[in-house]
Amino acid sequence: MPGADPVVPGLNERALAAAGRRERTALAALALPGMAIITVIALLPIVWLFWMSFRNSAGFTLEHYLRLLHPNYLLTLKTTFELSFLVTGICMLLGYPLAYLTAQAGRRAAALLIVLILFPVWTSLLVRCYAWLVLLQRRGLINSWLIDAGIIDAPLRLVHNFTGTAIGMVHIMLPFMVLPLYATMRSISPDYVRAAANLGASPMQAFRQVYLPLSVPGLVAGVIIVFVLCLGFYVTPALLGGGNVMMWSMQIERNVTYHSDWGAASALGVVLLVVALGILWMFGRIVGFDRIVGAK
Amino acid sequence: MLSRPATETQITHGRRLWLYVVVALALVFLVVPSLLVIPLSFSSARYLSFPPPGWSMRWYEAYLGSREWREATVASFVAAGSTTVIATAFGTLAAYSLATARGGLARLIYAAYMLPLIIPAILIAIGTFLLYAQIGLNSTLLGVVLAHTVMALPLVVITVAAGLKSYDMNQELAARSLGASRPIAFLTVTLPQIRIAVASGALLAFITSLDEVVISLFVAGGNWMTLTKRMFNALRDEIDPTIAAISSLLIAVSILLLGASQLLQARQRTSR
Repeated sequence: MPGADPVVPGLNERALAAAGRRERTALAALALPGMAIITVIALLPIVWLFWMSFRNSAGFTLEHYLRLLHPNYLLTLKTTFELSFLVTGICMLLGYPLAYLTAQAGRRAAALLIVLILFPVWTSLLVRCYAWLVLLQRRGLINSWLIDAGIIDAPLRLVHNFTGTAIGMVHIMLPFMVLPLYATMRSISPDYVRAAANLGASPMQAFRQVYLPLSVPGLVAGVIIVFVLCLGFYVTPALLGGGNVMMWSMQIERNVTYHSDWGAASALGVVLLVVALGILWMFGRIVGFDRIVGAK
Repeated sequence: MLSRPATETQITHGRRLWLYVVVALALVFLVVPSLLVIPLSFSSARYLSFPPPGWSMRWYEAYLGSREWREATVASFVAAGSTTVIATAFGTLAAYSLATARGGLARLIYAAYMLPLIIPAILIAIGTFLLYAQIGLNSTLLGVVLAHTVMALPLVVITVAAGLKSYDMNQELAARSLGASRPIAFLTVTLPQIRIAVASGALLAFITSLDEVVISLFVAGGNWMTLTKRMFNALRDEIDPTIAAISSLLIAVSILLLGASQLLQARQRTSR
């Protein structure tokens, strides 16, 4: 859209078109510096990892991928999926009511609820892991409260295991379930439910047959985000799992830092990336990518 | 009160009391654990107990008295500040470019900018570590800042792009028809009107860098050991209440930044 020069056919038409092209190129170039940083620092090294996952000293090989069939890795895969399913399920059960009430609340109450939901997101991941360690460990607050109250005699094993990891991960993932759900629920007009009630639907019927189906896109988006984030999650399982919960991402870290085994690490990484992108791609086609990406 | 209808479905507050209980518990679960850390940081005891047996500032003194913790704090804030400057500048340029561009290429570039959000962080971490090992950027400020910029850019682009959506580009056109060049028109007409979105993006970039753990574990170290990396190692080895003092300070920073971002959004709503 160059200046206000009128187009005079045959005289300056081509010059204006050329100026327009130059301007569009210049505008597109503004996206380049950031793109260059992302490409060089993140994307190219991942391409390199992809390459390394198929190489050994002799040349092309599939050995790194075949090694992933070892029972150890299969167990890690099983743990990763079990934990991700469990955490996603709990987030759904807690997140749906939370988003539902927030969407119905008045302006001020909704603003307060949103701040409370966002507070953990803005709080450092490590601070939250520390808080759960303080609460859940053997001589932690929950165990000492329960013992003082006479409810239990010996401390419960709440952390450095599957349970503690799941609790910590739900804490971190819950907001990512609530936000897309809330965005979808806010756009559901109360008129639909009112119409259902007017036509004689009981509250439960109106909810199940009208509201719930309308909120499904937000639910799907939330589930996908949480599940994919869980699959690649590192910090919480590493700290709250105490070495007893081996996630896919921890195998990657181990292979790099302890064994310097880049073949195995890159193959593990490629599998993780393919699974994560595969899930996003599949469901992106169903609910639309904008919903998934825009929900952050 | 309990027998009044709560929603259009005519369900009463009383009949969905359980819903309020679930939501209240979920909110407690979300907010309380982190806040418990604050009273613990003022405890006089080394062992964990709540309420603390007595009050003291010893864990804050331990934190401030430790050169390692002080240096890690400075390193983290320097890295976060630098990341914010670079990510906000480049992210705003990219969002502007995408808002004026049309067609498939723009969508493709936008998608590429979102990749760091989608790719599991551990993968970016080992890839970057591998690259830095070749070019000597591990344990340097530049290395940490560039890696954090990668993570912050998508958030800045999303935020500024959202701000530009509600801005009428024709205003810039008007300025240019009056003789302003495009850069001048952008700086004097467009930028002042999207400043709230840009500031929100900058806040997000800052907190992203300050809280980044996984990539820092690999690429930070030496003189540029970040606070998160040192905290991660401390949490893995033995937990001493010094962490509670640091955590409380970080919570204060989070509340400050979250408050600032909510304030900005409120101002954006009222200015329209």
